[in-house]
Amino acid sequence: MNSLSYIVQAQGLRKRYGAAEVVRGIDFAVSKGECFGILGPNGAGKTTTLRMLLGHTPPSGGELNVLGHSMPDDARAMHERVGLVPQHNNLDPDFTVTENLRVYAAYFSIPRAEIERRIPPLLQFAALETKATAKIDELSGGMQRRLTLARALINDPELLVLDEPTTGLDPQARHVIWQRLRQLRASGKTVVITTHYMEEAERLCDRLIVIDKGVILAQGAPKDLIRDLVEPYVVELFGAEARIWAQALTLDTGLRLEALEESVLLYTHDEQALLQQLHTQPNFQFTHRRANLEDVFLRLTGRELREA
Amino acid sequence: MRTTHYSLPRVSRRWFPVWRRNFLVWRKLFGPSMLGNFGEPLLYLLALGYGLGHFVGDIGQTRYIDYLAAGIVCSTTMMTASFEGLYSAYTRMAVQKTWDSILSTPVGLDDILFGEMIWAGSKSVLSATPIILVAALLGAVHDAWAILAIFMVMLAGAVFGALALVMTAVARGYDFFIYYFTLVITPMFLFSGVFFPLDGMPVFIRVVAACLPLNHVVEVVRPLMVGGEVTNVFLHVGVLLAYGIAGFTIASVLFRRRLLS
Repeated sequence: MNSLSYIVQAQGLRKRYGAAEVVRGIDFAVSKGECFGILGPNGAGKTTTLRMLLGHTPPSGGELNVLGHSMPDDARAMHERVGLVPQHNNLDPDFTVTENLRVYAAYFSIPRAEIERRIPPLLQFAALETKATAKIDELSGGMQRRLTLARALINDPELLVLDEPTTGLDPQARHVIWQRLRQLRASGKTVVITTHYMEEAERLCDRLIVIDKGVILAQGAPKDLIRDLVEPYVVELFGAEARIWAQALTLDTGLRLEALEESVLLYTHDEQALLQQLHTQPNFQFTHRRANLEDVFLRLTGRELREA
Repeated sequence: MRTTHYSLPRVSRRWFPVWRRNFLVWRKLFGPSMLGNFGEPLLYLLALGYGLGHFVGDIGQTRYIDYLAAGIVCSTTMMTASFEGLYSAYTRMAVQKTWDSILSTPVGLDDILFGEMIWAGSKSVLSATPIILVAALLGAVHDAWAILAIFMVMLAGAVFGALALVMTAVARGYDFFIYYFTLVITPMFLFSGVFFPLDGMPVFIRVVAACLPLNHVVEVVRPLMVGGEVTNVFLHVGVLLAYGIAGFTIASVLFRRRLLS
């Protein structure tokens, strides 16, 4: 297939640091206009994959193409057309909101008049019109994140890369970012996102890969992964007694069980049957829900994704 | 490690926005910055120039305060550029992550380093020029050729900036810079003819001092300021260029290993 039909194309991508191979031959491709997620627990190789994608570290093996530019040799030309929202804010604390955008635009050699034309709509997009002359330390975490997003759009990029964009934000601020990202995707931008939040991935991503220990465990659309990889219903039971009961039940029925620290998850195709059995145990504390991406993740990596 | 880490630096004209960013921040913090970089050397000049000068008298045909003024222009150049290349550059690289944000734009790492180096030189000019002006007001400047000293300050500042960036490339914290100040900057400060000629020193000290970059800055700047012929100008400029090119190249390789591997 023609590599130009993809915004990002990785083939047999590898990265070795000394004796440790942190990315061990992964293949994926991102199509134009889609939101593509990279999921994995800490140390899975997400950040390294992203660093290679951004031309910040050379791959040890394999091919990597971004917007038709071979990485890392052609990184400069690629950077003209990409926007990055890094995991940790690195806004310039010595400048105001507007100055941050202005100074950053200069790195792209955007002409002065054009910079001034682009800034107002970006401030509006980030809902920071009233903060145009504020210093960075006067902004809330959510505002700083939105400004970082606006800054990533200053060069009108074809590809937007976000590294855990909502980590550390409160739920409201997170929803605002999600809404903006959906808006960007609707406007035709291609988005690559890494995240710890399954809800975020499920809401935003058209397709995603789950990686762990440097290899891809699964890839596809969130709802396909949920349908194909886990049972549709989940019952979560709390307490030591319930745990023993659930373990006995799995021996009898063959239901799949995931033991977490605080609770156990029982997976089933027949929710009603399981709930009926639970009626015989009125003391148990439990909840039931439909399976989601968190369950896919748990099944694939054997680990909870929630952290910090 | 790929061989790309060891290739020669490649600088494009994209270094300029990096320089400009630092300049814009300097303009905002103009007051405290000038006070530190220009106020303190001025105090040295007045205290030692008049106080010590009273006992020292003339050095050769030169009044002590005139002799000292030229020396302090050179030491200020070194101090200002070194501070910029160490503490300020480290802050931008490791604390504020300003460089990280720039590395996602078409500006390359070598452009950043070149911008920082030229900025260190510029900051030296911003600190040293007022001292030259004050020296002129005190009658410590012989003639208008002293203007040329500003070019030398620019070159020397860039060189000291490049050398400082080598340290910054391997620093894990601000404390590390104490080594550089104690082992490199302070000896240069004392043994480069800033405060007194080295004629009275043992031979081996004079030989070592002759290899230090600050010595070569003093050799050019002093005659430009107090009058007299500048000798061996190509040698002095050549030595500084060699230090600068070596420093920049080593810094480039070390920073690539640190930030892009």
